[in-house]
Amino acid sequence: MSLRVEDLRVYYQTLEGEVKALDGVSFAIADGEIMGLAGESGCGKSTLAQSIVRLVPPMKLVGGVVELDGEKLPIDDFEAMNRHRMVGVSIVPQYAMSALNPTRKIGKLIKELLGARGISYRAKLPELENRLQLVGLPREVLDMYPIELSGGMKQRVVMVISTLLDPSLLIADEITSALDVSTQRAVAEMLVDFRDREIVKSMMVVTHDVSILYQIADSILIMYAGQPVESGPAEVITHAPRHPYTQLLVGSLPQVGVRYDEQPLSGIAGNPPGLIDPPSGCRFRPRCPFASERCESRPPLVEIGDGHSVACWKVMEEEDARV
Amino acid sequence: MLEFDSVTKEFRVGAFGRLTITAVDDVSFRIAPGEIVSLIGESGSGKSTIGRMILRLTPATKGTIRFDGVDVSTLGRKELKEYYRHVQGVFQDPFSSFNPVFKADRVFEMLRSQFYPDRSGSEWEDRVAKAVEDVGLNPVQVLNRYPHQLSGGQLQRMLLARALLLDLRLLVADEVISMLDASTRVGVLNLLAELRERGLSILFITHDLALGYYISDRTIILRRGSIVEMGDTRRVFQDPRHPYTQTLLASVPQMEWRWRDRPVSAAVPVDGDGTGDAEPVTVLEEVEPGHWVAVS
Ligand SMILES: Nc1ncnc2c1ncn2[C@@H]1O[C@H](COP(=O)(O)OP(=O)(O)O)[C@@H](O)[C@H]1O
Ligand SMILES: Nc1ncnc2c1ncn2[C@@H]1O[C@H](COP(=O)(O)OP(=O)(O)O)[C@@H](O)[C@H]1O
Ligand code: SF4
Ligand SMILES: [Mg+2]
Ligand SMILES: [Mg+2]
Repeated sequence: MSLRVEDLRVYYQTLEGEVKALDGVSFAIADGEIMGLAGESGCGKSTLAQSIVRLVPPMKLVGGVVELDGEKLPIDDFEAMNRHRMVGVSIVPQYAMSALNPTRKIGKLIKELLGARGISYRAKLPELENRLQLVGLPREVLDMYPIELSGGMKQRVVMVISTLLDPSLLIADEITSALDVSTQRAVAEMLVDFRDREIVKSMMVVTHDVSILYQIADSILIMYAGQPVESGPAEVITHAPRHPYTQLLVGSLPQVGVRYDEQPLSGIAGNPPGLIDPPSGCRFRPRCPFASERCESRPPLVEIGDGHSVACWKVMEEEDARV
Repeated sequence: MLEFDSVTKEFRVGAFGRLTITAVDDVSFRIAPGEIVSLIGESGSGKSTIGRMILRLTPATKGTIRFDGVDVSTLGRKELKEYYRHVQGVFQDPFSSFNPVFKADRVFEMLRSQFYPDRSGSEWEDRVAKAVEDVGLNPVQVLNRYPHQLSGGQLQRMLLARALLLDLRLLVADEVISMLDASTRVGVLNLLAELRERGLSILFITHDLALGYYISDRTIILRRGSIVEMGDTRRVFQDPRHPYTQTLLASVPQMEWRWRDRPVSAAVPVDGDGTGDAEPVTVLEEVEPGHWVAVS
């Protein structure tokens, strides 16, 4: 196993109370696997991505374990995590493109970053140039300022920087969301290429767009209101999901080939709950068309097929009825 | 109803305006009553500029835009107000249309003082409540609230309700759902489709091909300010003739086939598509009835 996350709980401390952004999250990513993470905005995707790499206030680790390649990560110890960042696990955060320091040329920026880890820029330069070439960028970008790069170029630069030290796990948070369609495909396929070339061993790709995950991910984890509700092979989650939320989410996705006048889609009624005082039991209960009394206690995430797990009482009853 | 006739828009940029950008280059199309036309292109292709010219937020450099046969650039103050009763725009970021210090329903009050100063309080309130219900909102939940207490989808619907209070005939919807979540998107999309069924025309501006396919009757593919392909939506998507339309369609993530099974032949531009040179001069050729493709 590359990554193993067990019962992770991370809350934001706010004046109004604790925001239970991750409340009992468990999953694993195998060596060589690209796992996609999807769900509506506010369900905790970025919190999960961040907390594995830089868990800082107002985030607070309330419980759980994160293991990378068999070693426990000290995720709530910022200093101790330095040893793991970029080498063990690296993140391309949401909005990374706009976070590049605008006053530094790309080359200088990378030099400083390597310097802070005691690594010589000169020694790394040949490899850096290789990597730029791999993503289709000229070496001249090193002499450019971030503002001189288009969105697609910036995203590639950020990708090259965060994988320069060959991390075991790469976490990419919404890196294709702000891009145009053709650039989006190119950047998404670049992720697969980095895995295929074994520059990184495994990946967690975060997006609100399930159809991108169908294209590039091996497996998909769906989260709702801070908890995993379903996970499984990408093919199963997109074409044969079992959890009512996943079914509604996938069914609400406009696709080329689907028209209002032929096959109108339906959305999901209601909004995700606030996470300071989330609903007890199954958190999807207030919006679920199948909710009943049994759903007042939290359904466990149960494996119902090959690598396919679901947290839903209705699905469990259906499974029980089959045997 | 709306005619865009050889419209060009140039912007002067750089020191002393020495450089010009041709944001829209000799574009012609029409929108008929009760029709949804989607205007699809990547960022910088000129979509918003076209919408803004229709709304008279920026003038055309060359060419003519007509509404019911009347050149909109000739409208005086009074006629312009009348024009805005029929033609309205809704934009990408619903939050920017609301002032955070005022309650969100102030947009309705402002509309009343501008267009219906003689409407009495209770009659107007009933109309507002009806418009809010028409866009699928519960008046009790959304009226008397501040913008931050409402979701993006709710605010976007409020803006649509505001437009509906007018005698609206053409709506310019510029990326209205790109900021919304998958689950709320469909609601707003379906709402637009229902409004069309009641006779409203919509210019649906988007960079997302799937959204355009879902609701529009006709599609215009825009690249670097020029139309490269235009026609019945089903025809353009099912039988795309221009290589650019083909590349776009090959890049859309779908859940029926995988990218890896259909590699794109041409190298995808690293820097996106917005920054290159202008399209070579082309003319539109009708390849089948109503289906036009740019050829050089
Ligand atoms: N800095 C913060 N302080 C308090 N709450 C936060 C903060 N950042 C995020 N949250 C809350 O945590 C929840 C999960 O947010 P996030 O992880 O960003 O979701 P996603 O990435 O899926 O959109 C949301 O309810 C959000 O409002
Ligand atoms: N006010 C302006 N001044 C200068 N250039 C502009 C202005 N508005 C738009 N442009 C330029 O016109 C082109 C088209 O922009 P826009 O219509 O916003 O495209 P889209 O909506 O398709 O992304 C771009 O190159 C943009 O930079
Ligand atoms: S546990 Fe109950 S409420 Fe939750 S998804 Fe299943 S049926 Fe719906
Ligand atoms: Mg996020
Ligand atoms: Mg625009």
